[in-house]
Amino acid sequence: MGRLLLVIRLAVKDIRRNPAEALLLFVAIAAATTTLTVALALHGVTSAPYAATRAASAGPDVVASVQQGGRVPPRLTSLEKAPGVVDASGPFLIATPSLVVDGHADPVMAEGRPAAGSSVDQPKLTAGHWVTAGGVVIERSLADLLDLKVGDRVGLDALIPGGEHGPGEAPGSGSEGPPGRGVGPLRAVGPSFKVVGIAVTAALQPPPLSDDAHPSGFPEAGLVWVTRSAAEHLAASEGGGFGYTLNLKLADPSDASAFAAAHQQSGLFLISWQTIAAKDGLIVSIERAILLTGSTLLGLLALASVALLVGGRMEQQTRRVGLLKAVGATPALVTGVLLAQQLVLSLVAAAAGLVIGWLVAPLLTNPGASLVGAPGAPTLDLSTIGIVIAVAIAVTIVATFVPAVRASRTSTVSALADAARSPRRARWTIALSSGLPVPILIGMRLAGRRRRRAVLSAASVAITVGSLVAVLMFREHANSLHTSGGLGGLYRFSGPGDPLWERGMDVLLVFTIALVLLALVNAVLVTWATVQDARHASAIERALGASPDQVGWALVVAQLLPALPGAILGIPVGIGLYDAVGRHGSTVPSAPAILGVLIVTLVVVAALTTIPARIGARKSVAEILQAELA
Amino acid sequence: MNKPDREILCARGLRKEYGSGEGLVRAVDQVDLEVARGETLAVMGPSGCGKSTLLHLLGGLDRPTAGELWLNDRRIDQFSERALAQLRRHEVGFVFQAYHLMDELTAVENVELPALLSGRKPRAARRRANELLEQIGLADRAMHLPSELSGGQRQRVAIARALANEPEVVLADEPTGNLDSAATLEVLRLFEVLHAAGLTLVIVTHDERIAATADRLISMRDGAFVDETRLTGGTSGNLADLAGLGS
Repeated sequence: MGRLLLVIRLAVKDIRRNPAEALLLFVAIAAATTTLTVALALHGVTSAPYAATRAASAGPDVVASVQQGGRVPPRLTSLEKAPGVVDASGPFLIATPSLVVDGHADPVMAEGRPAAGSSVDQPKLTAGHWVTAGGVVIERSLADLLDLKVGDRVGLDALIPGGEHGPGEAPGSGSEGPPGRGVGPLRAVGPSFKVVGIAVTAALQPPPLSDDAHPSGFPEAGLVWVTRSAAEHLAASEGGGFGYTLNLKLADPSDASAFAAAHQQSGLFLISWQTIAAKDGLIVSIERAILLTGSTLLGLLALASVALLVGGRMEQQTRRVGLLKAVGATPALVTGVLLAQQLVLSLVAAAAGLVIGWLVAPLLTNPGASLVGAPGAPTLDLSTIGIVIAVAIAVTIVATFVPAVRASRTSTVSALADAARSPRRARWTIALSSGLPVPILIGMRLAGRRRRRAVLSAASVAITVGSLVAVLMFREHANSLHTSGGLGGLYRFSGPGDPLWERGMDVLLVFTIALVLLALVNAVLVTWATVQDARHASAIERALGASPDQVGWALVVAQLLPALPGAILGIPVGIGLYDAVGRHGSTVPSAPAILGVLIVTLVVVAALTTIPARIGARKSVAEILQAELA
Repeated sequence: MNKPDREILCARGLRKEYGSGEGLVRAVDQVDLEVARGETLAVMGPSGCGKSTLLHLLGGLDRPTAGELWLNDRRIDQFSERALAQLRRHEVGFVFQAYHLMDELTAVENVELPALLSGRKPRAARRRANELLEQIGLADRAMHLPSELSGGQRQRVAIARALANEPEVVLADEPTGNLDSAATLEVLRLFEVLHAAGLTLVIVTHDERIAATADRLISMRDGAFVDETRLTGGTSGNLADLAGLGS
């Protein structure tokens, strides 16, 4: 117990002694654990959204529909008695009015529903209550898009008679646009409705995310629910309504696809729950691709950060190790102290990462931006907490263990003398640099002295550039989908304003912030470690006639030398990782974009290096050289 | 003994202070000094008396708090860092007690480093380095790393490095402080050669035997000069006998 207390006390004192380094380590681990927390929270929400919504809303096994107004066609109602059908709801009349909000109209499908609810496909309310006379329930993604809340008033106008204007096309607008953008200022001439509820359904894909020609045959439009009488009223204004939909429950839900195929006939559209779920999965996979790629890269970057930081901290602990051993600490105790110093910080940073991630995750899992919606915001469960803390500890131990053991095995005498670890001799670097300008000569030799650090630095830059390339690829990919109108006709991005687009961009933003933060921390850490390590060599070089400017630039060169190959390597790394985790056939960013990433990365590395390099280069030569004798 | 022609180094009211208030330390306190060209000057005193600080000031490694410092008739205490760097590159060579060789460079690579830093062509720098190693009797150790050399050999390499750019003044800070008697004698013989070649030497030491080999001896205490002795034997006598090291 006493030993444990001693270890903790020494760890805390070390943190107090070196607050700047402690802060950097904290930032590195907190950034990584925040992203991991968000990733895990999002994974929990999006891993089975359709299943969750289907269970919560008594989702149908097959949705049957016809595009025919007037009377309900018998070929639709006969399905209720088809073999294997155990329950049904509908047929429900579909009208296609415009939803007028603040003078802007959007085409919607208004489904007439009984106020008492239905046994099959009873949309799950996330706010308010079910349809009543004069009230409308808005599908959640549409409500989110239009910023509608329970209690708001909207108009439902029969301004788009079937066949006269295409869906998503307003009279006089003449342009096709994604739903939700509004089709121009309109005067509300139809009945006014009060938004009484917001709900999700598993019966149909929310139209903003569906493709142009939905398998049901219905147009791309938002979905709202009104009472039967309201739907009939709207349908009458349109000349009979757009069609009917019937929700079927089968004895064996796994037969749904076969049932749909068997009963498909002219004018009758059937879609199984498997088809809808498959498309959900396809869309959700975009987020998974971002998060999986992002989490992997950030984890590696965090590992590089911690390794660099711990390596630097260990170099400064040599004398402390000697003192501990001189007063009787065993190598095991020394290792324990060195490990504890990092672990205490890691645990605090992991806790901060969990809290920040928990606060950020709901912003990304806004239910309205979900395809079919997953009721409830992401929560921090025990497994998430466990995984995040375990990863933080694992990263710290992996980065700390070897240097800690090496430090604990240093002889007490040389540790007390604070003997610097001998640099490596890079024969070719020394020979090649001889005829080069002084900053490059010194910089090359500095970079060659510490290969492990150079490799970590190159890896860090490679990961950063790779991540930025992956982000560019996502954007290019999204743009190409938008331009081409979809991937295999299954879905498309509608660009800004599209919930899927917005959500993807939100996830990318969080990932990019964490990435840039970690990359910046890494760059500063590498430079500072190099400055510290090069202190003696730089002082000698200055004593021999190198100017502070030359030494300062040499430190910049020493960072740029591993950064350049790292940045170049990052391009195939980013492309490969995105293709491996994301989808095949993705669009490679343009050459100017890649060149831009390369140049910006190198400029940022140089800029970040300049300050610590200049500070280091201006330290008193006499003091540094005298300190070696102390 | 070489007759000094004229002053090459000159200090007037030189002062170096650290800290402030009650913690103020005057490492160098109102020092006036003139060093003639070709002279070997020894500065002696106990540890912490300010002799190393004085040497750093003379070589432009540190800046004085007050006073004037002249080298080759140029006032250098107001030089920019860049100008001081150029001065160290071409006019002053340093020899340190701890050698301060680059661990990852071989003997010849260490010796050629100042020449490379001054922009000399690699081949010319290497030729000069090899010549210097030949002169100090370490040609056969040219490709050895410092860790493979004895203390005396390391210090000789450091002296060769100090001579790479043919400076007019060599400043040596406890050059034999880490050496045994035999190695000390080797270094002193080397200084004797440099002295004979007309180089100006300022040697800081706390070893009276080393100081006895100089042309002039200045004693320091608490940052100030307390005594000055012109030595008649100087480096023209029997070095080993003078230094009491035997031969």
